[in-house]
Amino acid sequence: MKSGRKWNCILQSKWTFMVPSLTGTFVFAVLPFLEVLRRSLWDEKKNFFSVVNYANLWENEAYRLAVKNTVKFVGVCIPLLLVLSLALALGLFQSRWMKFLKSALLLPMAVPTAVVVFVWKLIFFKEGFLNMFLGLFSLKPVDWLGGEAAFFVLVISYIWKNMGYTMVLWLAAMAAIPKEMLEAAKVDGSNGIQSIHFMVLPSLKPAFYTITIVSFLNSFKVFREAYLVAGSYPPKTMYLLQHLFNNWFINLELGKISAGGVTMAVVFVFVTLLLQRMWDKPE
Amino acid sequence: MKEFLYIKGKKIRKICLRYLGDIILLGAALLMCFPILLLLTGVVKSTGELKDGLAPILGIGEGRIHWNLLPLYPTGEHLMDILLFKPQFHVVFWNSMKITACILAGQLFLAAPMAWGFARFSFPGKKVIFTLYVILMLMPFQVMMLPSYLILNAMDILDTHMAVILPAMCSTLPVFLMYQGFASIPKECIEAAQIDGADNWQVFMHLGLPLGSGGILSAMVLGYLEYWNMLEQPMTFLKTTAKFPLSLFLPQISMEQAGMVLAASLIMLVPAMFVFFAGQDYLEQGIAVSGLKG
Repeated sequence: MKSGRKWNCILQSKWTFMVPSLTGTFVFAVLPFLEVLRRSLWDEKKNFFSVVNYANLWENEAYRLAVKNTVKFVGVCIPLLLVLSLALALGLFQSRWMKFLKSALLLPMAVPTAVVVFVWKLIFFKEGFLNMFLGLFSLKPVDWLGGEAAFFVLVISYIWKNMGYTMVLWLAAMAAIPKEMLEAAKVDGSNGIQSIHFMVLPSLKPAFYTITIVSFLNSFKVFREAYLVAGSYPPKTMYLLQHLFNNWFINLELGKISAGGVTMAVVFVFVTLLLQRMWDKPE
Repeated sequence: MKEFLYIKGKKIRKICLRYLGDIILLGAALLMCFPILLLLTGVVKSTGELKDGLAPILGIGEGRIHWNLLPLYPTGEHLMDILLFKPQFHVVFWNSMKITACILAGQLFLAAPMAWGFARFSFPGKKVIFTLYVILMLMPFQVMMLPSYLILNAMDILDTHMAVILPAMCSTLPVFLMYQGFASIPKECIEAAQIDGADNWQVFMHLGLPLGSGGILSAMVLGYLEYWNMLEQPMTFLKTTAKFPLSLFLPQISMEQAGMVLAASLIMLVPAMFVFFAGQDYLEQGIAVSGLKG
C-alpha cells in the first residue's frame, strides 16, 4: 500500500513527463556534442586547449571552397526565393482558386528527392529539356551538370522544393492582417496595388525577418539534391560543406570534422538566438 | 455612348487583369508540377520507347532526347516487373516503412509529454532548456554528424536500423510543434478538470491529447515527409545494402534500367502523396507554426 502510493507520487510528478525526452536529448545530442567540442580543442600531442585544429581548418583549401560555395548559394537563393514566393503569395491571397493552386505549389515539398533525380537528369542533361527550351529562343545550350552552371541546378532544386513552404509562411502572415483594414481601404477607393503597397507589405515586416532565417536554415538541406544529382565528387561549383564533411568522415579526419562542426554550430546558435529574439518581440 | 464604351473598356481591362494574375499563378503551378508529370508519363512507356528516347543520355546515340507526353504504347510492364520479380525492392521498401514508422512512434512517446511539460508546468531552468531545444531543432546534420557517430559507435549499434531511428526519435522539432498546439488550450479548461479531481496524466490523456491533436498531427505529417526522404543519416550510419532505405537504393539503379527507376520512383512517391493530400491542412499549420511561432 505504502509503496504503491510512493509509485503513484513518482508517476504523477511533472518530471515523469519530461525525463524520457530530456534523457534522449542529453544522450544523443548534448553529451556527444560536448565530446566533439573537447576533441576539437585537442591536438595530436594531447595538449589541451590548442587551436591547431581550427587553424588547420582555415588553411584547408577544400574547406574554403565549401564555405565559399555555401555562402554564395545562400546569398543567391534566399533573396530569389523570398521575392518569388512573396509574389506568388500576394497573387494567391486574392485568387479565387487559392485552395487548388496552393496544393499544386506546395506539392514539390512532399516529393522525395530520390524520386526526382531521374527527372532532373532529363531536364538538365546537355541535350535535355531545359536546353531544348532555351533553344527555342536560340540560346546556346549549357552543360548544366558539368561545369560552372551546376550551381544553378542547385539553385533551381532549392527553389522548386522550398517555394511552396515559404509561400505558406507568407500566407500565414497575411492571414493575420485584419480583414476590416483591407475592406476599409477598398471602401475609401484604393485599388489592389495601392493596398498591397501601403497595407499588406508594411504589416509583413516582422514575418520577413523570421522567414529569412527559416529559409537560411533550410538551405543546408540542399545537399540531398547535390548528392543525388552529382554524387560524392560533384563539379567544383556544387561542392558543399556536407560533401567535405563526408569526405573527412571517410578518411577519419576527426580533428578537422570536429573543428568544422563546432564552427558551424557557433554560427547556427547565433542565428537561432537572433530568431528567438524576433519571436519574443511584441508585435 | 462614348462614355459607355469607356466604362466597358475599363471593365474588360479590369477583368483581364484579374484573370492575368490567376493565369500566371496557374502557369507557375504547372511548372512546379512538370517533373511529376514527366514521371507519370514515363512510367507507362515501353522499354523500347524509353531506350530510343533516352539514347543520348545512355551514350548509345546522338542528338536530343525524345519524350512524348503521350506514350506510344502504354504499358504497365515496369510496375508489374518491380512488384512481382524484384524481391530486393520489397526489402528496401519495407526498410523505409519500418524506419519511418518507428521514428514517428518514438517521437510521439517522447515529444508529446515533453511538449506538455513545456506548455503546462513550470520548472527550474525551463527557459534555458527550451532555448536548447530550439537550437537543436534547427541544427543541420553536418553539425550533428560526428556527435551522433560517436555515441552510436559507443553503443555499438552502427549499421543497424537503430542507428538511424534512435537519434531521429530524439529530434526536438516535434516537441516544438506539439508545444504550440498544447499552449493554445485555455487554462480554465484544465483548471476545471483539476478541480474535479483529475490527476496530471488524466488531464494529459483526456484533455491535452484531444485538444492538442492539431499540433501532434502537424508534427506527424511533417515528420513523415522528412523521414521518408531521409538521406544523410542512412548514408553515414548504414553500410549493408540490404538495410538501405528506398531513398538510398533508388539512386543506385543505373540509367540503363530507366523503366525500373521510374516504377520505383512512382512507388516511393505514392505514400508521400497520400500523406500530403490527407494531411495538407495539418501540414500548412505545421509550416506556419515552425516559421511564425503560432
